[in-house]
Amino acid sequence: MINAVNRAIPDSLLKGGRRAFSGSNARDGQTFEKKGPRVRICEKPFESKVLPSIREAVVRCGLADGMTVSFHHHFRNGDFVVNLVMKEIAELGIRDITIAASSVGDAHDPVAAYIEEGVVTGLQTSGIRGKIGEAVSHGKLKTPAILRSHGGRVRTIEEGEVHIDVAFIGAPTSDCYGNARGKGGKSDCGVLSYAMVDAEYADKVVVITDALVDFPNFPPSIQAVNVDYVVVVDSIGDPRKIASAAARMSQDPRDLLMAESCARVMAATPYFRDGFSFQTGAGGPSLAANRFIEPLLIERGIKIKWIIGGITQPAVDLLDKGLVEMIVDAQDFDVPSVRSVNSHPRHFEISTSQYANPANRGAFVNKLDFVILAALEIDTDFNVNVITGSDGVLRGAPGGHPDASAGAKCTIIVTPLVRGRMATVCESVVTVTTPGECVDVLVTDYGVAVNPRRQDLIDCLGAAGVELTTIGALKEQAYEIVGRPDPLEFEERIVAVMEARDGSILDVVRQIRPFAF
Amino acid sequence: MFLSAQRPALIKDAYIYRPDTLMLDLEDAVAENQKDAARFSLYHALKTVDYRGCERMVRINALDTEHWREDIRASVAGGADAIRIPKCESAGDVLTVVSALEAAEAEFGRGIGGTLIACALESPKGILNAYEICVACPGRMIGVAISGGDYRSAMQTSYVPGGIEMLGGRAHMIIAARAAGVQCFDTVFTDLEDMEGFRAEVIQNRQMGFDGKSIISPKQIAVVHEIFTPGEREIRRAEKIVRAVREQAARGVGVFTVDGKMIDIAFVPGAERVIALAKASGVYKGDL
Repeated sequence: MINAVNRAIPDSLLKGGRRAFSGSNARDGQTFEKKGPRVRICEKPFESKVLPSIREAVVRCGLADGMTVSFHHHFRNGDFVVNLVMKEIAELGIRDITIAASSVGDAHDPVAAYIEEGVVTGLQTSGIRGKIGEAVSHGKLKTPAILRSHGGRVRTIEEGEVHIDVAFIGAPTSDCYGNARGKGGKSDCGVLSYAMVDAEYADKVVVITDALVDFPNFPPSIQAVNVDYVVVVDSIGDPRKIASAAARMSQDPRDLLMAESCARVMAATPYFRDGFSFQTGAGGPSLAANRFIEPLLIERGIKIKWIIGGITQPAVDLLDKGLVEMIVDAQDFDVPSVRSVNSHPRHFEISTSQYANPANRGAFVNKLDFVILAALEIDTDFNVNVITGSDGVLRGAPGGHPDASAGAKCTIIVTPLVRGRMATVCESVVTVTTPGECVDVLVTDYGVAVNPRRQDLIDCLGAAGVELTTIGALKEQAYEIVGRPDPLEFEERIVAVMEARDGSILDVVRQIRPFAF
Repeated sequence: MFLSAQRPALIKDAYIYRPDTLMLDLEDAVAENQKDAARFSLYHALKTVDYRGCERMVRINALDTEHWREDIRASVAGGADAIRIPKCESAGDVLTVVSALEAAEAEFGRGIGGTLIACALESPKGILNAYEICVACPGRMIGVAISGGDYRSAMQTSYVPGGIEMLGGRAHMIIAARAAGVQCFDTVFTDLEDMEGFRAEVIQNRQMGFDGKSIISPKQIAVVHEIFTPGEREIRRAEKIVRAVREQAARGVGVFTVDGKMIDIAFVPGAERVIALAKASGVYKGDL
């Protein structure tokens, strides 16, 4: 059937209660029963949960063929945990494993081989890059990968659509009982937000750390009451890749041009008032927008109430300057943000459920005023693609994009009109990852377009003298520059399903057909 | 804004930053063995890119090189709005270029005189001959620009914050340009990190009477526009002067006061220039 973003969803996928996307907030007001884990009772006193190896933890957890294991991606490209665990699973001869990760990337390239060997036959993730993306795109994974937002991941675990048999949680510090923190140690990542739902809903929880600290390791991100075993290894990650050095603010004039436009758009809306809330992605122009917002805050004598999201130095700088009252943090991207969440009394760790889960009783994103996000592609219906590249290969991450877009009063997508030979603003995106109904403004280096659904924004931006164009005109301009590409060619086989936040199907990704002249 | 014509990625859409003129450079920014590649890049950009009203000027190579004639042919064939003669030292230099331009315009079917000229004065001799250069080809001549690097070197000095080392050259060139009725532009400011120094120099440029500033990066554009665009008070005062002169003239009064200051007919051209500049800058909302 054709869903609400005009994508054909095969009937074969619409079974067992799965629905095609019918628009945002379709499930608002419904109720569901949370599916809890099967918990082992530890009534008899004991001293420690520390096991000598990951292999022993895998065995003690009873991990078997066909089970689901989970990981978080707070260690980003510096993560060692996924590979350490999957190596043991493969060597134990266990097969048909489903990986339910908050994201997988280049650091996990060895998993691609496990996909080819049948050790891994299922993948559920909010991001997919590197060799895993290539393997899935070329049809190597036995079942379609399921891609969903960070908030959607929490929802699906709470609703029981994904049941985690064993959660492996890398932790920068842990005590012998499994009170684990994102702070401290040599692999300091600041927060463990993504892993909190795993700890609460997995049947077995294994904390893997390279810094065993005295009991109790408080206040914990992951509570010992949810942890079965603790394993100490030499290293859980590469600190240089976990938290990058503070990125120098982009000096690219194109990024700065777009960043300044974003700030002008924000300042022209009624939401740019004392106490607004704000999130930015980690891309060059999104981050640079902070630089242009700062003087506007000072000029108007206003402050930001809270900044949320993946946190980077510009947010920390605003906090330190007293221009934002509070940071609520679900991930840290750089050393300054890790340092800040470790020390600043107004910089708080939150769970991904608090951040973005659409199926709880009100996540932070629901109260967002502004979010500035990037896009690989955006089409004339304002649908955004952040997952498939111009070659149809999976190499991106919906992450919190669909969540923040759905929640924010003003969602701004910032992207250059063309990248290399490709039009970023196009007729129809390869894969819809964020529905256009959640996108309000497009800022490009060639002009600003507002979603016609938001006549109120068109009016106030126009009144403020912000020059506007249409997304159709931008698309034509993009095609004038780089030409109109032939459509990608795909096989029939579906290699990935893009879920909307509520679990309905937004789009499917088919196996890419190699190009032939 | 100067851009190397050798780099298609730079010149394909630099108009998005909204400079008034793009200076597509075939001279110093292009390596000696890449001159032909740069000409191809320039020609195709001029032919295919819609620069959306942004003036396209080409800096050709100096007249003592083997490149400049072919630079002119490529520029005219592409349809450049103007060319800039580097290291111009005399009216003879200008006329030499005019002759080559006329030949190219005939060859490529462009109207004779359609390609305008600007001259860079880069030496003491060029500065001293500024007036004869400015009046060498009425109709084609846009104006002159002083070029700081070579000029300072020839004057055996170097950059000084505040610009004392360029004072004589700048002042002489402006006087010559005003006497000839052409425009004059200041040299580039090369330290992209020193935005305060840049701002101070642009303010001084405007105070001295320049019509604009040469720049090397989009990040410098906003400052130039901000400083050269008439402010609201300035525009309001200009409007008052123009209106008052009209009203008083109708009554036969020649000298009067506006906001306590003496005004006569001599103030009108300046006031009209402010309004024209405000209109060109897109900030004028009045009805004059």
